[in-house]
This record gives sequence, C-alpha cells and structure tokens, in this order.
Amino acid sequence: MVSDKEMQKVEEIVNGVVNDDSLEEGDVLINCLHKIQDHFINFVPVEAAEKVAGMLDMPESSVYEVLTFYTMFSVENRGKYVIRVCNSLPCHVTGGRDILAALKKELKVDFNQTTEDGLFTLEKTGCLGLCGVSPVIMINEEFYGNLTEEKVIDIINKIRNEESGS
Amino acid sequence: MPVATNTILMCAGGGCISSGEESCLSALEKAIDKYNLNNIVQIVETGCMGMCDAGPLMVIYPEGVHYQQLVAEDMEKIVSEHLLKGRIVEDKLLENPETEVRTQNPYDDHPFFTRQVKIATRNMGVIDPLKIDEYIAHDGYFALQKALEMTPEEVIQILKKSGLRGRGGAGFPTWLKWDLTKKVEGEEKYVLCNADEGDPGAFMDRSILEGDPHSVLEAMAIAGYAIGANKGYIYIRAEYPLAIERLKEGIKQAKELGLFGENIMDSGFSFDIEIRMGAGAFVCGEETALIESIEGKRGQPRVKPPFPAQKGVWDKPTLNNNVETYANIPPIITKGADWFSSIGTETSKGTKVFCLTGKVKNTGLVEVPMGITLKEVVFDIGGGIPDGKQYKAVQTGGPSGGCIPADHLDTPIDYETLQDLGTMMGSGGMIVMDEDTCMVDVAKYFLDFSVEESCGKCVPCREGNRVMFDILERITEGEGQEGDIETLETLGKSIMDTSLCGLGQSSPQPVISTIHYFREEYEAHIKEGRCPAKVCKPLVRYVVDKEKCVGCTACARVCPVNAIEGDVKKPHEIDPEICTRCGSCIEVCRFDAISRVSP
Repeated sequence: MVSDKEMQKVEEIVNGVVNDDSLEEGDVLINCLHKIQDHFINFVPVEAAEKVAGMLDMPESSVYEVLTFYTMFSVENRGKYVIRVCNSLPCHVTGGRDILAALKKELKVDFNQTTEDGLFTLEKTGCLGLCGVSPVIMINEEFYGNLTEEKVIDIINKIRNEESGS
Repeated sequence: MPVATNTILMCAGGGCISSGEESCLSALEKAIDKYNLNNIVQIVETGCMGMCDAGPLMVIYPEGVHYQQLVAEDMEKIVSEHLLKGRIVEDKLLENPETEVRTQNPYDDHPFFTRQVKIATRNMGVIDPLKIDEYIAHDGYFALQKALEMTPEEVIQILKKSGLRGRGGAGFPTWLKWDLTKKVEGEEKYVLCNADEGDPGAFMDRSILEGDPHSVLEAMAIAGYAIGANKGYIYIRAEYPLAIERLKEGIKQAKELGLFGENIMDSGFSFDIEIRMGAGAFVCGEETALIESIEGKRGQPRVKPPFPAQKGVWDKPTLNNNVETYANIPPIITKGADWFSSIGTETSKGTKVFCLTGKVKNTGLVEVPMGITLKEVVFDIGGGIPDGKQYKAVQTGGPSGGCIPADHLDTPIDYETLQDLGTMMGSGGMIVMDEDTCMVDVAKYFLDFSVEESCGKCVPCREGNRVMFDILERITEGEGQEGDIETLETLGKSIMDTSLCGLGQSSPQPVISTIHYFREEYEAHIKEGRCPAKVCKPLVRYVVDKEKCVGCTACARVCPVNAIEGDVKKPHEIDPEICTRCGSCIEVCRFDAISRVSP
C-alpha cells in the first residue's frame, strides 16, 4: 500500500509536470511516469498509476498500456539496485553468457526477480552501446565494462558492503 | 591568470567511464595537487577517442603523448615522471602492432588512427563537450551562420550536391527528405533527431551525442531553417543518461549565446530544441513508432503513407534524421559539397562511422571513407582476430542485417555493395566473429532479440518470428528436422513481405543470410547432430585425452555434478550422461588433456 503522504507526493509530481510549460500535452504521461518511478526508486505503484489517470483525465487502461509497453517502467516493486545485463550479440560473443550465469548464481535469482534482501533486481536490456568494452552491465545509472566473472562478483559484494555499512 | 603549459585530455566517453576513468581522474587531480602543478596543468574531459578496448585513455599536450589502459595507481607516476621531469612513462604507451614499438603519438603512426577520416566525429576526443566555446573554436555554429545567409533552397541544393545519404540504416538521400518536408504546406513543422539507437553493436550515436552534442544541435537548427520549422525534438533512449545530460547542457549554453531561441543572429529565424526520453523499446527507432512515443503513446509503428514528411508529430509535417547524418551537415555547409563528395564511392559519398566489436583486437569507434574494404577495417584498423583464431564472418546491420563471410572481405563498403551481399549498412555496427562462433546460434540470438522487441502490432512479425525462433532453438538443441531449413526460408520471406514496418520486414534477414552463407552448418546440426563451432551444448561432448591426462584429479574436484571419475595418477573419464557441459574442467586442466568434441 502506498501511504497518503506518498500519494500527496505523486500529486505534486503530476502537478509539476502538468504545469511545465516546455512540455506538450502528449509528453505529460511518460514524463510523469519517469518522475514517479524515480521517486519510488525503480517502480510505479499501481495506486500511483491510477492517480495519474485520474488527474490527467484519461482511462486507466491508457496509462497501463504505456506503462507496460516500455521495458524501463515496472509496476512490480524492484530492488534498490536494478542490474541490467546487456543482452546483445557483442556482449554475447565476448563472454556475456558467463557473466549472466555468474550473476544468477551469486544473486540466486532469474530474470525479473528480486533478491531476498530486496537489494537487487536482475533484468535484461537491449544494447547499451558500450560494445567497445563488452561485456557490459548497468546498475541503476552506472555502467560497468570489460567484465569478468570475478569482477562482477566484486561489484556486487562492494554494493552489499556499502549497504550493510550504512 | 597563468597560462597552462600542459593540457591533459581525459577520454570521458561511455566506454572509458565504465572502465574506470573517474577514479583515474580523481587520482590525477590529487597527484597534481600534491606536486602543486595546478597553475600549469589544465585537465579537459573529452568525448570518446575511439579506441575503447585500450581505455581509459589520456593524451598529454603539448607533446601529444597517448597513455592507455590506465588505472588510478598510474597517475602518481605519470605526474611525477611526465609532467615534472619530462620523462615518458614507456609502459603505458600504446604499442604499434606493425612495428611492435610503443608509440607516443598513435595519431601519426598507429593504423587504427591513421586510416580514419573524421567528419562526423571530427571533434570527438578533441574538445570538451560541455563547453560551447570549444565547439565554436573548431568552426562551430559557422555553418548555421552561413546557412542563415542563404535561402532555404540553396541550403538544400548544397546537400543535394554533396550526395549525403541517411546514416541510420536505409540510406535515403538526405536532401530529398528535406525537400519533401519543405514542400508540404503547413504553418507548423517539426525537426526530429532519432537518437533511439538500439541496434546491438552500434554506439556511434551515443558517442557523438556524448562527445560533440553541438554538432547535432547546430545541424538541427540548419534543418529547421531549410524546411521552415521552429521546433525540434531529440528522441533519445533513457539508457543513455550521460548523452542526455550533455545535450541538455548544450541546449542551455546555445540558448544563452542566442544561437537558439528567438531571431537567431538577427536573421528573423527562431528555433528551439527539446529532449524527449524513450523508456526502453527498440521499435521506437522506427520513425513512426518514435513519433507515437513522442506523442505519449505506446511506440507502435503507423501505416505509411502518410509519411512523416506529410503527417508526423501532432500530424504536422516532420523531418526525421539520424544523429550521425546531422553530425555530417555542418562541415558540408562550411567546406562545401564538392569537398564532401570527393570522399567515398560513386553512390555513397563521405564517410561512415562503424562500431567495431566482438572478436577483434582493437574494438571501438572508427570513421572511414565509404569504399574502404572490410578487410582493411577488420584487419588493418581492427588489428585482426585475437588469440590466433580464424576470421569467420562480420555481422552488419544489426537485427536487420546479415553476415559477410571471408570470401567477400575484399568488397568495398557502401550502401549498394552491402545490400548485394544480403546485408545492409544499418546504423554501422560491425560485429566480428571468429571460428568459435556458431552461426545458427547467432541467428537464434538475433531472432530472440526481434521476438523480444516486436511491438506486437502486426501478426507476421509477432507470431512469425516466434515460430522461426522455436525452429532455431530446436536445431541448436539437436532436435532439428528434415525440412526445417526450407521452412525457415519460406516463413522468413513471408514475414519480410507482409510485416508493417521496416523492422519487421527485415527481422528474418539474419537467418536468411546465415543460411545463405553457412547452410552446411545448419545441415550439420540437423542431419549429423553436430555443431561445428562446438557452441551448442547438447551437441557437444567433453572428452579426456588419456595420453595427456596425468590423473591430477583437478577436474574431478571442480566438476559440479561429479561426472568425472578416475583414480589418482591414472587417466580420468567423463560420463557424458551426467556431464552438464559447463566447461569448468577445461579451465582447470593444466595439461591440455580435456577437449570439446562434436561428433
């Protein structure tokens, strides 16, 4: 459940986007969803999406349609860190398969699943455009290239340590 | 203020950042602080320098010395040796593969750099993308000024004479697109920049936007003037946060200088640009899907006609070009059409930026004249295949393209020759594959991509690709059936003939192309249950060479499923029934006694 306070925040976000003069009418929805997703760290709660539909005076189905079309949006609660594994051929032929296997083994999750501690969600992504340093993964907005199995485990452990320390 | 005697360029392209540029930079700043050199050293973070696999990269001027594969720990030494004592740090220099000598200035003598002709990427790795002054100092916004002094017709005529064609894939003449949009009646028109780069293995658009955002912004303003539009949109993937940030800064700075906004340079022409973010959908690179997405809807392609030139964004006439196409335009305007058309081949003028990736020594971004041969790109610039392996094929055109085998390496590259080979220029991804690559697996890979990214609007693409994928999966699992190849061919043809958009129409191409050139590999899978490249796990067995095995038990200990048996100091054996083909045993064997075989 999303608290009243959070719903108020959603309202503020939507109002902010609606009142942004640089946006055209059609830009409002995707912008709202991006901002709401940023606010809730990695997902758009269904209640928030319903609120958006109400405020923008559109059918809920129209919001849902957009929300589920684009892979970067999620209606499921995702981990604090979304790990996007580049799934394209340059990464595939330079060892991406091993990276993926190592991640699945270390995190004990499959694609689109979140670790028990709620820290990580594993996802596939299309080409990240860093093929020069493939294989590549993206964790939230950070990129990591030239990966090996050891390196990727190090990265995960580093995040875990930071989190348990804080 | 003292003048900096040393300028250090740090490559801050996406590739170098992801291999540790930021930690190098902070170590460098610390070292400069420590030796009190702040007054005489200036650090500039530039866009991509091109040679991604050698990153993080750094160039120190005035000498122009390149250092490569840096780590934070190197910085102290570079500052204390190079900057303080004037001594080159030899072991961090790039090696010239031809002479095997480490070179201080590879721009002069390393084939990766000397074979390139830079037009679209002219400022990348040279200027600070966050400073408009540096762009202007490299003739930036001169083209806009020059264009504003001409009539719109004259601008389009220059493009026509230059022979520039769209760099996003299909190679449609750029001038014609501009001319069509200009001639459509309408008060309001729009200029779009398609920065929804999504082809696997293509990252030139990302690099251009990160390294030289103004080259695209300036060209969009020129386009606006030529077709009579006052507003532009850049549609960019949300996966490219750095490019978005640099574009935003670029737009802000151009507005502050009056290069965008009302009455630009007192010409009476007004123009503004806004950024629109995608949210992870490959199909949005298709122009009508992109327009739908800008309008805030699901990014599904529209039926054409009407074309965007007639009815685009908000049903208004819209011009849409790709990032690299735009980046070529300012130099064409300033240097003239004749200069541009003197480069390239009869039908394809100028240069093309390729992203060299996969099994090749030098990976990264290269800009070469059209008409260069594939061999030159892969072997001279790319340095050939690593680890002494054999070249097998290059994949171009991403999920819409095909493979080019060794017999065609001498083909000069242009739009037409690639099409004749059953592939396409595409956006310029060039994925090099060696002998260890299974072509059926590659085809399956691209189809998986197309299945995943199909927007679902039309049946041939949504359902047809799924069926093709299932057949390919069956083949790679050793359960291929007689007639599968023929089914793939006929089904592929129907999908190409009947899909709605360009992406659907080209999605079977990777399969058709690999069947064309590597039919025997498909047949080996189906008829002989054999994967010649030894990639498809169900068709591969692991065996121990009894002559070589000394019985050290390393393999038996590492095997996760206990498939290896044998006594100490006696040859071991792998039980194929239990073995999961994970490959752990090969890695630990120090005697080279285990190998993969496919019967």
